[in-house]
Amino acid sequence: MTIFKILKYSFFDLNRSRWSYAYLLFYLSLGFVLLFLNNDLSKAIITLLNVIIVLTPLIGTVLGITYFYSSAEFTELLLAQPIKRTTIIFGQYLGLSLSLSVSLVIGLGIPFLAYGLFRSSAIFDFALLLVIGSLLSFIFVALAFNIALSRENRVKGFGYAILMWLFFAVIYDGLFLISLVVFDDYPIDRFALIATMLNPIDLSRILILMKLDISALMGYTGAVFERFFGTGIGMTMSLGALVVWCLVPVLRIRQKLVKKDF
Amino acid sequence: MIRIDNLKKRFGRLEVLKSLCLEINAGGIISVLGPNGSGKTTLIKSILGMVVPDNGSITIDGRSVLRRWRYRDNISYLPQIAHFPGNLSVTELVRMVRDLRSKESRHPEMIELFELEPFLNKKLSNLSGGTKQKVNLVLTFMFESDLILLDEPTAGLDPISLIHLRELLQRERSKGRTIIVTTHIMSFAEEISDEIVFVLDGKIHFKGSVTQIQDDTGQATLETAIAALLRSSQP
Repeated sequence: MTIFKILKYSFFDLNRSRWSYAYLLFYLSLGFVLLFLNNDLSKAIITLLNVIIVLTPLIGTVLGITYFYSSAEFTELLLAQPIKRTTIIFGQYLGLSLSLSVSLVIGLGIPFLAYGLFRSSAIFDFALLLVIGSLLSFIFVALAFNIALSRENRVKGFGYAILMWLFFAVIYDGLFLISLVVFDDYPIDRFALIATMLNPIDLSRILILMKLDISALMGYTGAVFERFFGTGIGMTMSLGALVVWCLVPVLRIRQKLVKKDF
Repeated sequence: MIRIDNLKKRFGRLEVLKSLCLEINAGGIISVLGPNGSGKTTLIKSILGMVVPDNGSITIDGRSVLRRWRYRDNISYLPQIAHFPGNLSVTELVRMVRDLRSKESRHPEMIELFELEPFLNKKLSNLSGGTKQKVNLVLTFMFESDLILLDEPTAGLDPISLIHLRELLQRERSKGRTIIVTTHIMSFAEEISDEIVFVLDGKIHFKGSVTQIQDDTGQATLETAIAALLRSSQP
């Protein structure tokens, strides 16, 4: 299959560059430092959660947009070969997202394994954290590719991408909080639920907090989620919503590619 | 045979191809000439399927190529500016393209012809512009195709490589291949072309042999003939 060949080349091309190791080293040191400081697997996981749900989207966005633009000429070379354009772009997309996910899994996996993860009950929480981090990488790389496909101007494209990350990571929560305060007198459970579904970062936070079952940290939406669905269905729902979050931008890439000029 | 009908393409407000019609018969070297921004590259990229036309049709041997991709197996393309993934070495790049295209390759012969042996293990980001262009040529000519599209093949080439390129083109031509070349070097076009296609403002303004264009304009060289055509088309 040609798509696997392209995936392989993108993957190896990325793994040869320095940032790939920097990203891996960052997670390695983060993992060791957290475990050393906390001396407690579960606590370390909560701290990691806060880092991962902000950092994986940022790195996914920045590298997604940079990789698409910087490999434009390489893409052109591939486009002259008898290969379908969707195969080329999706091969690169999978190569980048996988490379990011592998850095995350290996970088955090080593310190946690060394600490004795397998002897702990926290192993499933940890696994879920890695799944969410990987999913967020796939989602934000796809979103970044969408922006890159629509914007020919690289500087503008980069700006939009950063703005998108800022929106989901910071601005969205602010708006959400304000609306909760303003509409305090109304029943806004349903609104809160839908608003959470519409942000993959919030969704990830709720999902892992439900798994960890720390109601004090869950906040308003977490509580709403639990009340509406119970932990089991709530988790399935939010995980499903994350997968939808991944599929929608991927389908839009496909649609954009039909008309794209290279 | 390539047949292009009513091809239209605009990039934003800029109309690059304006109902362009062109028929190219199989076999021979066709030079596409025209000033910068006249639509030469867009035309070539449309044939390749890299640019999606707004309107019109392109057929190769009677079959439409729009939104297809398998037909590219029989096309060799030399892009105008060669930028390669900088992390790879020349050998790795050649191996990769071979891997992606399951056709028989004659890359050793091409590498020898363009004297690239000393650079094989160098990273592509460390190569000079001219050397990159030679790598570009190797990648283009390592597969035998019936249709060869060359966008500014002479850019950055030293005289020896230019001679090799000319010989290579003649060899391909004698095998009955169709070679479409865009160039700004008129002497090169004059020497190699069986046919000249002059593009201006997204339309074909002249199509015929070198002697024909010289007779039509009453000029002695291709260069002055093209200049005369350009002047006469200006309002």
